[in-house]
Amino acid sequence: MKLNKTLVAAAVTATFALGANAQAGTLDDVKAKGHVQCGVSQGLPGFSNQDDDGNWTGLDVDLCRAVAAAALGDASAVKFSPLSAKERFTALSSGEIDILSRNTTWTMTRDTQLGLNFAGVNYYDGQGMMVPSSLGVTSAKELDGANICTNTGTTTELNITDYFRANDMSFQLVAFEKADEVVAAYNTGRCDVYTTDRSGLAAQRLKLENPDGHTVLPEIISKEPLGPVVRQGDDQWFNIVKWVHNAMVNAEEMGVTSANAEEMAGSDNPNIKRLLGTEGNFGESLGLSADWAMQAIKQVGNYGESYERNVGPNTPLKLARGANALWTDGGLMYAPPIR
Amino acid sequence: MANRNNAGIGRLIYDQKFRSIFFQVLVAVALIAFVAWIADNTLSNIDAQEKKKGFGFLEDTAGFQILNTLGTAITDYTPGVSTYWDVFVTGVANTLVVAFLGVIAATAIGFVMGIFRLSNNAILKGFSTVYVEVLRNVPLLLQLFFWYFFVLRAMPDARSRIQLWGEEVGINITGLYAPAPQPQEGFGWVWLALAVAVVGGILFSNYAKKLQAETGKQLPVLWTQVGLIIGLPLITYWVMGSPLEWEYPTFNETGPIFKRGFGDTGLVLIPEMIAVWLALSLYTASFIAEIVRAGIMAVPKGQSEASSALGLKPNVALRMVIIPQAMRVIVPPLTSQYLNLTKNSSLSVAIAYPDVVSVFAGTALNQVGQEIEMVFMMMMVYLTVSLSTSIFMNWFNGRIKLVER
Ligand SMILES: N[C@@H](CCC(=O)N[C@@H](CS)C(=O)NCC(=O)O)C(=O)O
Repeated sequence: MKLNKTLVAAAVTATFALGANAQAGTLDDVKAKGHVQCGVSQGLPGFSNQDDDGNWTGLDVDLCRAVAAAALGDASAVKFSPLSAKERFTALSSGEIDILSRNTTWTMTRDTQLGLNFAGVNYYDGQGMMVPSSLGVTSAKELDGANICTNTGTTTELNITDYFRANDMSFQLVAFEKADEVVAAYNTGRCDVYTTDRSGLAAQRLKLENPDGHTVLPEIISKEPLGPVVRQGDDQWFNIVKWVHNAMVNAEEMGVTSANAEEMAGSDNPNIKRLLGTEGNFGESLGLSADWAMQAIKQVGNYGESYERNVGPNTPLKLARGANALWTDGGLMYAPPIR
Repeated sequence: MANRNNAGIGRLIYDQKFRSIFFQVLVAVALIAFVAWIADNTLSNIDAQEKKKGFGFLEDTAGFQILNTLGTAITDYTPGVSTYWDVFVTGVANTLVVAFLGVIAATAIGFVMGIFRLSNNAILKGFSTVYVEVLRNVPLLLQLFFWYFFVLRAMPDARSRIQLWGEEVGINITGLYAPAPQPQEGFGWVWLALAVAVVGGILFSNYAKKLQAETGKQLPVLWTQVGLIIGLPLITYWVMGSPLEWEYPTFNETGPIFKRGFGDTGLVLIPEMIAVWLALSLYTASFIAEIVRAGIMAVPKGQSEASSALGLKPNVALRMVIIPQAMRVIVPPLTSQYLNLTKNSSLSVAIAYPDVVSVFAGTALNQVGQEIEMVFMMMMVYLTVSLSTSIFMNWFNGRIKLVER
């Protein structure tokens, strides 16, 4: 049964959708169907998660909403496809979704061999490890012999193997298809360690029986730049996603927020005017209207607003800006200028 | 013939034979063109995305760890050394082993439950009815989760154990540990002796049948066969100087925290495998029970009455008269259940059992990204397994079918 579902779906989408010209302009497709189809996680609080009313929220969700606002003028014109880590790239390359915005790490293999393009980084992360505090472990170097749980089809499987090989330690890797089963198995004690992106640990620990009884070890064993992904071969759509993200970062840098965007459009600062479409027409080169970024910021907010709302210190995830602060504040968020 | 030629194209359309061939050719050409179009589009889209094609990736090394199972033991899987082909073989071996164990357990449980359902004992009958109705009506995926988390919750943690048999056999949340047989030089002879015993057993039973047909004399066939199959290998084993050693599981009470608990030695059945095996066999057994019940009920009552009139004891009647006839009804649908079980084993990935779908269509596919090639290999695995099962069961069916005299 499941075989039918996974394999036949994969085979059919792979042959059929790859077969039918999936390369055709994604923007035209999106305009014709009136919404952006956005691939997200199956529920990672702060990044992409459904609230009690069924609304999707999160940092990754906001990016899709901003793209919809820029392309269609309506941030709510998004439909979400919850995907497991394992199925996400097939869903994108087969054309089932228009953007993959699902805490996905930008790696060279994925960028160059899977037929995908990464449109930027909306969260700079690294892989971490979490253990029950009762084990009294304080460093990853003490993990020799541990049982470790993670998700299949993620970067984490390779990273953790590399780390243990490099440190000449042994371990067992228990890899589940879905994140909820990882949490459940870790809860029962099947594994001593839960490894994934540190942001993912912050989110998943909220689902544990006793969130405070667990320690995230200090070691960060990899670089996990997470960002939105599109299919390779459609430069226009690639540019749109890339520049919507850049616009959100630039807006934060220039102090443009969802609340003051209308007002700032009349500002004397030419940088702000170009961003908000009152000087020049930067939307045109993307195939969009002049107010593309204005709509994205007005309806969704700038990067900082989205960060604070979804994952920042005042949310349950309590993630400090750290590496994700603007470059002007000593962070890595640096967007090329709109000019 | 000549007539028709003279009549020209117009008449041809009214020729039924020509028309049917014409349309068949038309459909075939359209189908081929359609497939070619899809294939061409697929290839050009893969090129547009600048993806790799072909099976060269199978030689690349895979850098990720796989949970220790029979599969990893067979390929001696080592991250950074083993290739994607090894990953594939590891996954296939893991799939085959649960499918095989599942078929055996499901058949045994299914037959028992099916016979219970026809029993006159109200408790047995009630139990088997509840069993069948509950298990076949709850989705398999839920049962898989149920058994997995039930098994996990029931077990002591990784640094404790329940001793099932002294130091030799123990269990905790990381698995069931038992001594692992390590065949030494000369053990091959024991296998050979077993093969000889099986062939000998078959020859003996043929001889006994012939003897009975000719003279009416009965030989103790079953006992001779059992004696041969157990005795011959045992004697060989002893003659060869016991060429089998056992690797015992170890258990550390002290040391660094993650080195406590069971060590790497011995044979281990991981909880993922136990849960997949339980769920698949219990679920499939509920369908097999119904098939067995239907099969037995399909044998007319007159058959058992006639048997007792001939003076056969009830259990002999069941064994010699009822079951052989019921088998003819049971075997064909039983085959589909075996096929279902094998295909359903692909649900394993949900609970981290490293079957072929999990390690190859999951982890490896995400590293390599060649969906078409890899999904194709996946389908070939299931196709091959299913076809072999069908062929075997058809052969079996042919052997047991009614011989008209
Ligand atoms: N960033 C890594 C890991 C991404 C990943 O799948 N993380 C898991 C654990 S945090 C997750 O998102 N789970 C949520 C879900 O599957 O819905 C990658 O791109 O491979």
